[in-house]
Amino acid sequence: MTQAGPAALTNEEVGRYSRHLIMPEVGMEGQLKLKAARVLCIGAGGLGSPVALYLTAAGVGTLGIVDFDTVDHSNLQRQIIHGTPDVGRSKLESAKARLNALNPEVEVVTYEMALSSQNALGLFADYDMVVDGTDNFPTRYLVNDACVLTGKPNVYGSISRFEGQATVFAAEDGPCYRCMFPEPPPPGLVPSCAEGGVLGILPGVVGTLQATEAIKLILGVGESLVGRFLLFDALKMRFRELKVRQDPDCPVCGEHPTVTAPIDYDQFCGITPVPAASPTSGSTDTTVEELKTRLDRQDSFLLLDVREQREFEICRIPGSVLIPLGELPARMSELDGHADMIVHCKSGVRSGKAVALLRDAGYTQARNLQGGILAWIDRVDPTLPRY
Amino acid sequence: MATKILIPTPLRGYTDQLDEVEAEGATVGELLANLTTRYADLRKHLYAEDGTRRNFVNIYLNDDDIRYLEKDQTPVTADDTVSIIPSVAGGGWS
Repeated sequence: MTQAGPAALTNEEVGRYSRHLIMPEVGMEGQLKLKAARVLCIGAGGLGSPVALYLTAAGVGTLGIVDFDTVDHSNLQRQIIHGTPDVGRSKLESAKARLNALNPEVEVVTYEMALSSQNALGLFADYDMVVDGTDNFPTRYLVNDACVLTGKPNVYGSISRFEGQATVFAAEDGPCYRCMFPEPPPPGLVPSCAEGGVLGILPGVVGTLQATEAIKLILGVGESLVGRFLLFDALKMRFRELKVRQDPDCPVCGEHPTVTAPIDYDQFCGITPVPAASPTSGSTDTTVEELKTRLDRQDSFLLLDVREQREFEICRIPGSVLIPLGELPARMSELDGHADMIVHCKSGVRSGKAVALLRDAGYTQARNLQGGILAWIDRVDPTLPRY
Repeated sequence: MATKILIPTPLRGYTDQLDEVEAEGATVGELLANLTTRYADLRKHLYAEDGTRRNFVNIYLNDDDIRYLEKDQTPVTADDTVSIIPSVAGGGWS
């Protein structure tokens, strides 16, 4: 990141970066380092928004962004790089337009693709550092391993509800993500989407911390978060710091690494591919069309909603009974006398777990509504609000 | 002698929504055993079925990972704070 950059700034750039240039910690030398720097941001979402905006404003010469999503209404509560007119547009197109308007001096390179074990090393090789703004364990481990393997620092941030985490992994002589978290939690123990949600401003705080760390690494100033794991609690408005040590037995950055190339991260994280449809696989599932037919026919069955009360208040299918998944084991007796049951949640994951619980408990006719209430809204009743 | 244990948000559903719980014990291992006796549903999130602690949950004594201290045998006092640090993947991407 100290490679020879452009010899000087234009007069326009001097004006733009004047508040940096008069600081001893940045100055002309630092601003030229920023101009020569190449940063790759994974994700143009909650964390990626402030990261990309601040790095662009600061004059980082080349900013790469990887994403494959389109802007959705539900993103706008926190993904401030996108605006209401961008809904439906590719996130990269939307982000690039915003960044070009903010600072046309910055070269924004977009990669409309999912980061994969096949493309990560080649992509990372072209950059000085990577900022991780992803949202799932397989990609987190992939970003980490590819950073270690290519020798690029991984400016890490993650968020959940109102708490955030930030650090710098895989810096020279620093620990990596696997040193701290050798294994991901199995999918069944990850908090369900019912417990999810995120305070919209939280990625703003954590992404801004990541952007700060990226800038400090480029400038070579201050004390970076290498070896320090920063925890932020927005409700208590409190920061805490934990030590992270390099694990000599780490499989990717340790003394005897066993991971020498990217692996299959879905498999590593215990995510099994959805099995192909078989003649028996449909027996535990039902469709929203079938549900509609049965409701219209006034069939006798129980429509069980296993979402949370807050979600039930947003929208519901008429006639449904609410028992949140977490309460189901203790409230199973309320289902006495109901043999025939259709179970639904928002998209079908929680209700799949509920059906497994119910079938184990002897409710062998319980069936899962494929696609949940979102499929119901899309295909049966578009007047209900999506969330 | 009771020591404070900080419970992370994803696990508060198993501790009556408490973000801090006090438990008795002379070592981290004893403390966690007492904690998971009181909050039985928490147990499967901290321990595998064979009783070994799960690898994706980090236990910190103050600001240090007990893996680099004396693991479950690490002594604790009433002045210490034990934290359970989960791995969080979210990025608000989607």
